[in-house]
Amino acid sequence: MAAYFLGRAGRGIIALFVVSIVAFLLLHATPGDPIITMLGPDATPQMARDMRHRLGLDLPLSSQYLAWIRQVLRGDLGISIRTGQPVLSLVIGRVPTTASLAVFATIISLLLGVGLGIVAAANRGRLWDQTATVVAVLGISLPNFFVGILLMILFSVLLRWLPISGPPVDFLRAPAESLRTLLLPTLALGASYAALVARMTRSSLVDVLSAEYIRTAYAKGMRPSRVLIRHALRNAFIPVLTTVAINFAYLLGGTIIIEQIFALPGVGRLLLQGVEQRDYPIIQGIVLLMSAAFVCVNILADFLFGVIDPRIRLGKAGE
Amino acid sequence: MDRLLRNPIVGTAFTVTIGLCLIALLAPILSPKDPLKMDFKAQLTPPNWSYPLGADSFGRDVLSRLIHGARISLGISLSSVLLSVAIGVPLGCVAGFVGGLADEVLMNAADGLLSLPPLVIAVALVGTMGPSVRNVVFALTVVYAPRFARLSRATVLALRGQDFVQAIWALGARGPRILARHIVPNTVAPLLVLATVTFGQALIAESGLSFLGLGAQPPTPTWGSMLSESQGFIQQAPWLPIFPGLAIMVAVLAFNILGDAVRDAIDPKLRGR
Repeated sequence: MAAYFLGRAGRGIIALFVVSIVAFLLLHATPGDPIITMLGPDATPQMARDMRHRLGLDLPLSSQYLAWIRQVLRGDLGISIRTGQPVLSLVIGRVPTTASLAVFATIISLLLGVGLGIVAAANRGRLWDQTATVVAVLGISLPNFFVGILLMILFSVLLRWLPISGPPVDFLRAPAESLRTLLLPTLALGASYAALVARMTRSSLVDVLSAEYIRTAYAKGMRPSRVLIRHALRNAFIPVLTTVAINFAYLLGGTIIIEQIFALPGVGRLLLQGVEQRDYPIIQGIVLLMSAAFVCVNILADFLFGVIDPRIRLGKAGE
Repeated sequence: MDRLLRNPIVGTAFTVTIGLCLIALLAPILSPKDPLKMDFKAQLTPPNWSYPLGADSFGRDVLSRLIHGARISLGISLSSVLLSVAIGVPLGCVAGFVGGLADEVLMNAADGLLSLPPLVIAVALVGTMGPSVRNVVFALTVVYAPRFARLSRATVLALRGQDFVQAIWALGARGPRILARHIVPNTVAPLLVLATVTFGQALIAESGLSFLGLGAQPPTPTWGSMLSESQGFIQQAPWLPIFPGLAIMVAVLAFNILGDAVRDAIDPKLRGR
């Protein structure tokens, strides 16, 4: 048991190490010279030298990395070149928007996806199943930015129910207002996620439904809906949650685009502003934090499954 | 293969894929107008006889831009998948076949890269290196190559233990020859499935990047940039985003269906799931 948790934590730490190297190399070893790009074409060699020195870029790569990682571990992600503010506090200011977006999109996709998956699995091979499968495949193939624009055209331009973009959102402070602003972005972000969840729910349920204990439950004269919900869904849920955890990465990536479309002031937009203004410490800090968030979600998910399902913990999953 | 294509859905997906490739290859011949030519009298015209899919905010022909956009969008996706295969597969095969330290290092690196959110990494890479077609291909290769390394390693490991490989060892064949002649050919099928599915994802990623202004730079048309340019005009011209959006969707859909079909053909156990 302890071995399982330690193993997972170890893999998480290796992943975080790779994350840090990628984020580090981003600024230090990209093709082209970020310093020149940062300063613009008019920079004198002296200015470039000064900037390099200020950022510690004149040291050997390995000692630069060590110095940088020590800084990061103390919670110092550097200073934004454009605004002069610490990167960490800039990012933290943007987290509520992105977090609300991600959490609501997950909730919506679980509700839609699990629902659709159950309908499909319960009617396996029939019209409902085929319809649900088609909807799921369409959902996976639709890029979230297209869904976002379609929703915008439908609800904001044609029906005029919702504003094209709304006030800044902080769900904890102004729940009602932020829900109104977040509704379309959340739907756009959750759609393809929901399709993935639906697909996984269906195939996982179909697997479980062929198990013998399910036949026993039917044989006892249990109502089909009860068998499905009480017995099958419970066991089918772990692969579904794994899908949710793994695809959290796509959700994070999706927030970048969705925040841009709906003009939401989240972390993703900060990243794009960093890109536009060539503010490299911001890019680096956000890559580090977003990747770390993703790695942590996956470690937590693994831990959770280990607690829920002893077969996983003991390494017997799939037997 | 024959049996696969007789399935009407798979057949359609296959036809669509071939059609898209032809459109991309023959873009200059097929496109009715110059995709870059602006006609300010035609700004935001709805679809009509002279502009079958309407004109954009600069009065450029949407149909011609879509046709030329296929070149960039499909070209970038194809190049990044091919590069990922070219880099990932040899590394994965060697790691699986040689084992030991090389395996440890390569696979930990691959796992680390796989545990990063793809679009975040791609945006950061292209953002730092500067938006261009070459950098998009590079970023997508960084994101996708580890998958191919992982899969080919797993396949090689499974094959290495099999009787026919053991038999060839016993016959005195040398390692590199076994790898090249007997193992690599057997990894083709699973890699083909992964490549097809990855292609669809690469297409979405490429469109996303060019939607964010990080792909091919204007005025070069790409499906993603056409979509983002149209967003500012959805009040006046709500039809404008539909066509590039549909183009992306149809292409990705065709590849997803093909990927599923190839997987079913290779592994009949998975059929209908």
